[in-house]
Amino acid sequence: MKNYIKFSIVLMLLILSIPVTAAINIFACEPEWASLVDELGGERVQSYSATTAFQDPHHIEARPSLIAKVRQADLLICSGAELEVGWLPVLQRQAGNNSILPGKPGYFEAAAVVKRLDVLVTIDRSMGDVHASGNPHVHLDPRRILTIAMALSERLAVLDPEGQIHYKKRLTSFTQRWQQAIKRWQQQAVRLKGVRIVVHHRDWVYLFDWLDIEIAGALEPKPGLPTTAGHLVNLKKSLTKNPASMIVYTQYQNARAAKRLGKMTDVPVVQLAYTVGANEQVKDLFSLFDMTIQQLVEAVK
Amino acid sequence: MNTIYTFLGTILFVSFTSTSFAAEKVGFNPEISLTLDGRYGSYSNNSNYELPGFMLGGEASRGEQGFHVGHNELSLSANIDDMFYGKFTTAIADHDGETEVELEEAYIETLALGNGLTAKAGRFFSDIGYLNNQHGHAWDFVDAPLVYRGLFGNQIIDDGVQVSWLAPTDIYLKLGLEATRGERFPAGGAANDGHGANTLFAKFGGDVGISHAWQFGVSHWQADVNGRTSGGHAHGSSTTTEIPTFTGKSKISGIDFVWKWSPNGNNRETNLKIQAEYFKRNEDGNIKLAGSSPLETSTYHGEQSGWYLQTVYQFMPRWRVGYRYDQLKANNTGSDVSVLAEAGLDDEGHIPTRSTVMLDYSYSEYSRIRLQYAKDDSYKDSDNTFFVQYIVTLGAHGAHRF
Repeated sequence: MKNYIKFSIVLMLLILSIPVTAAINIFACEPEWASLVDELGGERVQSYSATTAFQDPHHIEARPSLIAKVRQADLLICSGAELEVGWLPVLQRQAGNNSILPGKPGYFEAAAVVKRLDVLVTIDRSMGDVHASGNPHVHLDPRRILTIAMALSERLAVLDPEGQIHYKKRLTSFTQRWQQAIKRWQQQAVRLKGVRIVVHHRDWVYLFDWLDIEIAGALEPKPGLPTTAGHLVNLKKSLTKNPASMIVYTQYQNARAAKRLGKMTDVPVVQLAYTVGANEQVKDLFSLFDMTIQQLVEAVK
Repeated sequence: MNTIYTFLGTILFVSFTSTSFAAEKVGFNPEISLTLDGRYGSYSNNSNYELPGFMLGGEASRGEQGFHVGHNELSLSANIDDMFYGKFTTAIADHDGETEVELEEAYIETLALGNGLTAKAGRFFSDIGYLNNQHGHAWDFVDAPLVYRGLFGNQIIDDGVQVSWLAPTDIYLKLGLEATRGERFPAGGAANDGHGANTLFAKFGGDVGISHAWQFGVSHWQADVNGRTSGGHAHGSSTTTEIPTFTGKSKISGIDFVWKWSPNGNNRETNLKIQAEYFKRNEDGNIKLAGSSPLETSTYHGEQSGWYLQTVYQFMPRWRVGYRYDQLKANNTGSDVSVLAEAGLDDEGHIPTRSTVMLDYSYSEYSRIRLQYAKDDSYKDSDNTFFVQYIVTLGAHGAHRF
């Protein structure tokens, strides 16, 4: 027993003596936040995204590799609002890293700094997988991204005070480029106003709120539950009364349901990028919105 | 220097915007979760269950026939403050017609030691092996693998402390030590003034590409056992109750492996899990048959081992199929073979095996209904067992470990 302890201590010291890099180590729960922090931090940050655009951020396994990454992180950036409730708390508890726990500067929840939609007063599991703190998919509204960027930039300066000027400069540059982009996107999206769209899951709420698009229905009968044939029939009925312009789904969602409803109703089906990395063109937050708006506009032509 | 600035900056920032770090947390504190578990069991033979070559204890049994409730668990957990997390789980189950309340977990765990260190104290599931630290309702089959039934009495739960350390490397490497009381099966008697058992474990893990994840573990448990009792070998007409009792040293070593696959790492639609564990136990000491007159005793040297391999495949949303194969082996020797046989330690020339298939359906992540069939050759009277089980969770999201 004593030998084991000695061995463990020696091993521990050996590993602790490995030099660490100077950049702030960032663990982003989703790719959009890795992309944002790269914009704001540049070479002073080293970001890692726990998930990809092909994975449903509601349902991630608390894999050993993720625990190992959280262990080494200086800052966690997550959507919050219970999006990651099924896996992030496990990572935080298992990593033995006291700087990234809730309440610490090393933990940043994007949804906590913006006004959220779909906030429910009463909650019951029969309503499906709903979040008491509102819809967590906040990154799909560029105005909210800007608010989040400001708060995140401040946070970076707290964790790395020597880089304060650097972060300010980068925030200013990002803000200018982003505001110009918002103007451009809003002009491009004028014709989307009032358009009705069927979604797979209510992950587009913030985008639609920004562009005045109306949700014509969801393929999931309740949030988080798989589509059923009966539900599709009901959707078809409601769409005959009040037609929709398109059906959208994203990479991590099953295409079958969307395509089936498309066939039943002759409404075009569009696969939209939910986040950065969904396809080759979507390399960062700018190209994410470029692509999304381009696809939506083309679909209503 | 850098850290001092960070520290000062942090204090300044915190004092000015004290609420801005606060994470949004809606819901109850503490988190309450209730798991309901009900079953219907059917067996093709009604003889008394035994595992030849193994002294059964703990919760080792094949379960009841007909309608019955399983482990209904009530669990409360919360961050106590920014240093400690606490969890309490009580299971209410029927054993032989009596309702028993069992304390499954009651522990505190540090959150903020840092440097990869975590300490835990109280009653907890040991981190030996892979399945042991999971609640029964998170298992993929109705019952425990045979090797868990034979060596652990289904699951090793003990009172004590655990310290673990996670290496700051991209490869997951966790080392841990447990020092525990050793009162409960497979230990017994709480030797050394209530510090009768110790456990060591190491876990390694990582990803292969985006679609594969794995974990490998080695663990070792040992105890000074002082009067561990067991149901032993049933012998029909005998009216005197003789309770086989073991005193001596017990050591268990094991390896465990789990590999998970899902397309692009997205487990919503389809996913596959393969897991296997192997354990070997060595025991040295003596057996006495308490209650026999004159007292029958024997020296005892035991070697028991077992493994299982299982795979579970979610072939479409909500639906999973699984297959498990179990095998055990025992080789026990001692000065009085008949005493060992009375204690259930005679392997009767039989190699216990079992093949199990299951199909389950989860309407949502909170409810599951399962069908299970096993061809059970764990003892000489071959058995066909059927189970229907439901497991539902009310309350807090049960965030499961890998």
